[in-house]
Amino acid sequence: MDLWYSEYHTDDVRFSIRVNKQLCCEQSEFQRIDIFDSPEFGRILVMDGYLMLTEKDEFVYHEMIVHVPMAVNPKIKKVLVIGAGDGGTVRELCRYPGVSHIDLVEIDKMVVELSRKYLPFTACRLDDPRVHIHFEDGLKFVRTRQEEYDLIIVDSTDPFGPGEGLFTKEFYGSCHKALTAEGILINQHESAFYRADREIVGVAHRRIGARFPLSDVYQAHIPTYPSGHWLFGFASKKHHPTDRLDKAAWNALDIETRYYNTALHIGAFAIPNYVKGLLLDESV
Amino acid sequence: MRRLSQNRAPIYEALSRHRADRVVHFDVPGHKGGRGNAELTGFFGELCVKADVNSMKPLDNLSHPVSVIREAELLAADAFGASSAFLMVGGTTSCVQSMIMSACGADDMIIMPRNVHRSAINALVICGAVPVYVNPGVDKNLGIPLGMSVEDVKHAITEHPEAKAVFINNPTYYGVCSALREIVECAHAHGMLALVDEAHGTHFYFGEGLPAAAMRAGADMSAVSMHKTGGSLTQSSFLLCGAQVSGDYVRQVINLTQTTSASYLLLSSLDLARKNLALYGREIFAKTAALAEYARGEINRLGGYNAFGRELIGCGAVYDFDITKLSVHTRDIGLAGIEVYDLLRDEYGIQIEFGDIGNILAIISAGDRMFEIERLVSALYEIKRLYSKNQAGLFDHEYINPFVAVAPKQAFFAQKSSVPFEQSKGRVSGEFVMCYPPGIPILAPGEIITGDILSYIAYAREKGCLLTGPQDMSIENIQVLEEF
Repeated sequence: MDLWYSEYHTDDVRFSIRVNKQLCCEQSEFQRIDIFDSPEFGRILVMDGYLMLTEKDEFVYHEMIVHVPMAVNPKIKKVLVIGAGDGGTVRELCRYPGVSHIDLVEIDKMVVELSRKYLPFTACRLDDPRVHIHFEDGLKFVRTRQEEYDLIIVDSTDPFGPGEGLFTKEFYGSCHKALTAEGILINQHESAFYRADREIVGVAHRRIGARFPLSDVYQAHIPTYPSGHWLFGFASKKHHPTDRLDKAAWNALDIETRYYNTALHIGAFAIPNYVKGLLLDESV
Repeated sequence: MRRLSQNRAPIYEALSRHRADRVVHFDVPGHKGGRGNAELTGFFGELCVKADVNSMKPLDNLSHPVSVIREAELLAADAFGASSAFLMVGGTTSCVQSMIMSACGADDMIIMPRNVHRSAINALVICGAVPVYVNPGVDKNLGIPLGMSVEDVKHAITEHPEAKAVFINNPTYYGVCSALREIVECAHAHGMLALVDEAHGTHFYFGEGLPAAAMRAGADMSAVSMHKTGGSLTQSSFLLCGAQVSGDYVRQVINLTQTTSASYLLLSSLDLARKNLALYGREIFAKTAALAEYARGEINRLGGYNAFGRELIGCGAVYDFDITKLSVHTRDIGLAGIEVYDLLRDEYGIQIEFGDIGNILAIISAGDRMFEIERLVSALYEIKRLYSKNQAGLFDHEYINPFVAVAPKQAFFAQKSSVPFEQSKGRVSGEFVMCYPPGIPILAPGEIITGDILSYIAYAREKGCLLTGPQDMSIENIQVLEEF
């Protein structure tokens, strides 16, 4: 038997993983959710046909979306995570004893339920007493909060579908309002490699830049995401992403990581010229 | 003709059969199913272009329908509770004109609220009828025109017992309804027809807990914009008639101005939209009303905005309110509605229906989801946070009572000369001046240009409203009557 899961990275580029078994296929109110088991990548979470994470390389994404802001401000206490019903981001956050409160806002309850059942490697800390799960629209949740969070992590799906509202000006403005003076906003920032995905990279960066005095982009290598070269946004009210890196404090926490380290932190902000061009060029 | 079930759509079914028959076309349209223009076909899609065909025997003919269009008319009449119904392809404008031209001839009087759509006054220019305007109440806080009070209508009827018809908006653009049943009874008691503009009221026929629909209130004719909240393609509408109106005569009136090349895209969309509403309208409009009510609640919680609703009922000329309309008063955050309208589009990528001096209107329909509602609410919050200003200096109110000196037709066709706006005070206007949106006339042909009107025009211009109507496209000059 020859069973493969394929994701179209563009109309003309296809990425395929051989599948042992389909573990579930559900239609929620918001999207279709599939989970596969594969020989090379382990378990794979797919929404509306798009690959969200694999057991083998999710550590790259989740470490980079959490440890970068935490190493800039290790004093972060209260965190808002939007999206991320798989629990991977929360798992990394729970490794910090100083983090006292995590609000996880996921619009789709079924993502959390299926992750608990099939993806224990990411969902393992969802029951931590510091984690408070809210099943509602992220845009609505953040709109009602004011100067409350030290860190907001936007672990969204792509900007088409349920995640669309999380790439808008009104969302970034509401995030700014919901953050304390120390606040940092991290967002999943897509990839700049393929033409069809490229536009949102510059657009989102400029929208964030219009609301935050400091706004930058950093990168990671995620083998199963389109092009493998993935971007994250770092915006803050006063903490510079590399100048304010607190190497000593973070290393003293002695958190064991497989991808992130403080030397890589600096390098992650050294982005290729074609990406820099996109961030500046308003015509793209 | 046999009575069909509402789950049928005869025009759509005939078009589907026609497509399957692979008929060779030596008739118009010349694009021949799109083969003549690849770019056109690529843009609209092959199926769409192939449905753009001309009248032929199996597809019937709109000006003299005997088969599938006739069946669609009967189904529509049945769905709306009318005695007869006409599929219209010239927008609700053509419905309004056909209604007025069916009821009135030259020099006949017609009683209407000032906040009629321009199509109603245009109909007067065409047929020569003379308007008797009823002052719609104005809500001083919101600056919006309301409905007609029964007392004012009775007064107009007493003053002009020779009038042929009473014309009623149900609802206004903002969702305000007059006491339709009482006005209809009053008109009938004096031998006048009750004509209703339901351009914004299609859903009244299908939803629950919504204001009364014209046919159910005993009105004689109604213009229904199926394309606005009913889900058909833009420019397609229904004209409905009650039992006291001769449908055969109305069809003759329609045929005076209606195209003889009616678009089958529009006709079939009317057919499918009617079917959809007849079968699922109740759930569709329950969802629409729930979304609008949710949005109203959330917007009112933001502070500064007034998303008004049923609380208007009972004050003056408001008998009922259409809760599916999401009208928001913006003046208390120091911004004109048109400014919020522009910010929503330019800064947040959100297009709403209109902004006027003090309000914005968002149309909520079955096509909306909670995501879009959240975006609108969040964007309004951001606009308040980032752009709100001191309230001083905003326009006081919007309604200006017109002085009709000459009948619209006479004024429109009179000898005129062009003068700059600032020199036009005291003259009689020979043309329309509209502030768009919402498309309610500031001046109509035959009306005296006052100082109030000139300052309103200057202000609307300053606030970025689109002024239309005058021949002078730069809106610097206005045509006034030479003799008067």
